[in-house]
Amino acid sequence: MSGLLSVRNLCKSFGALKVTDGIDFDVAPGEIHAIIGPNGAGKTTLIHQLSGALKSDSGTVRFAGEDITRLSMAARVKKGLARSFQITSILEGFTVLENAATAVQARSGSSFRFFTPAASESVLNEAAMAALARVGLAEAAHRRAGDLSHGEKRQLEIALALATDAKLLLLDEPLAGTGHEEGAVLIALMADLKATHTLVLIEHDMDAVFALADTVSALVYGRLIASGTPDAVRADPEVRAAYLGEEG
Amino acid sequence: MKDTDTAPAGARTPRLAGRGALIGALVLFAIFAVLPFAAHAAGDPFFIVTATRIIVFAIAALSLDLILGYGAIVSFGHAAFMGIGAYSVAILATHGIGDVLVQALVAVLASALFALVTGAISLRTKGVYFIMITLAFGQMAYFFMVSLSAYGGDDGLTLYDRSTLFGAPLLDGDIGLYYAALAVLVGAFFLLRAVVASRFGRVLRGTRDNRVRMQAIGFSPYPYQLTAYVLAGAIAGLAGVLLANQTEFVSPAYMTWQRSGELIVMVVLGGMGTLTGAIAGAVGFLMLEEILSSLWVHWHIVFGALLVLIVLYTRGGLAGLAGRVFGGRRR
Repeated sequence: MSGLLSVRNLCKSFGALKVTDGIDFDVAPGEIHAIIGPNGAGKTTLIHQLSGALKSDSGTVRFAGEDITRLSMAARVKKGLARSFQITSILEGFTVLENAATAVQARSGSSFRFFTPAASESVLNEAAMAALARVGLAEAAHRRAGDLSHGEKRQLEIALALATDAKLLLLDEPLAGTGHEEGAVLIALMADLKATHTLVLIEHDMDAVFALADTVSALVYGRLIASGTPDAVRADPEVRAAYLGEEG
Repeated sequence: MKDTDTAPAGARTPRLAGRGALIGALVLFAIFAVLPFAAHAAGDPFFIVTATRIIVFAIAALSLDLILGYGAIVSFGHAAFMGIGAYSVAILATHGIGDVLVQALVAVLASALFALVTGAISLRTKGVYFIMITLAFGQMAYFFMVSLSAYGGDDGLTLYDRSTLFGAPLLDGDIGLYYAALAVLVGAFFLLRAVVASRFGRVLRGTRDNRVRMQAIGFSPYPYQLTAYVLAGAIAGLAGVLLANQTEFVSPAYMTWQRSGELIVMVVLGGMGTLTGAIAGAVGFLMLEEILSSLWVHWHIVFGALLVLIVLYTRGGLAGLAGRVFGGRRR
């Protein structure tokens, strides 16, 4: 079986509605694999299944050769599979640094330590600063995360995934709600991450997708109708009819 | 697609984990330390009994703040742990075991065990269901003691002698008991202060702010929350040991859900998630009760109204108020 992430015949139904309907795909190490599709195609459900937030009805998810289909979200993170959220999900009351340090802490020794102040653990803070620097938030380290701008919060989302020491990042609409300039920062960031990480990306912004992705898969009503290079998928008549056509 | 909360409860909680809270607590401890002398000088030595009671409830409120304030775990059965601690003293005493160290050890172990079993079940639920289940377990403990006629049942148990330390009646005097309680309070405060700032406390606080995010960075919140629940139960059990000695009487009434509710009110009144606030809340609650009940028979009406006003208008309780009065919000 090839690929860092291999998905075979993955299914999920809510009642009679098949939201994920027999999906197969592989993500090669080091690539950016974008999943596109109209609203309601089941993209976020698929990310939930890959990250472990939702249980799959059937099918398998293998990561680095290992079957992770039944693992919890926390267990998958430990294997190196981290995600971001479409709706920003950060620890609002913590500082930016403490957000990242908490993510580092999850993989760095036991958290059943009761007496040493966590905030002064340089092991955690140094790795956290490295993740923040990578996304361009080093300057904001001591601000309260809830006070960041929307674009900065999106950067922090990615920093948190990085801080877990993940090999593969599942990014659920990283550009959601961002303006043009904020979006440009994030696109540059993702292009930079490609050097060190494998990315699975759900995105509505087609310009971003075709600029970044090595492979594009198109999801419509829970089925993958096409998968291949950006150019091949863009030219696919079925995709054009289902999705790209809508945007003219 | 669910609406991820963008302004969780934690965001509004005053961040008094730093200097402000410490100074506040030290001031309170200093006042407590000189209180017996002041009461003596003021010709009201009996006040020391009320003050002991305040300190005992401050310890219990402090332990509740660990799970309620830092863990957003709304336990409506916290009084049960105090009751278990108190009964440990009374039951051991009826069997001739009066040493406070033995009693405290049994109390801590028994309340920790009760917390472990009930927490392991109730922490699998969330929100209102969790509140209901903790309330149910608390009432179970209450009715168990009511029906345990060998140890007084509904009538409770009178403690004929206060606990001893290696045979010495150190707690017999009100002053001795008072300072013993104060020592436990100070110890519990600094223990919990270290715990909430530790790695463990960070997981607890993070889960309060955003549980899903904590899972997405690789934490399973359950064992951490359960550990906090057990720790809080054990400390409340210790408060129960002191309570039994202060009242020299133990009854199932110590375990009622009303009592659990009062503990929640103390924490909310003082300000959740500050530790100092829990102590201030216990002081405020019990002093208010003391003063009002001596003024008017129907004092509960005024008491309730005052609590509502304080919670509504101080945002973050007494600690939040103090934080704004003295130099605004830090960090």
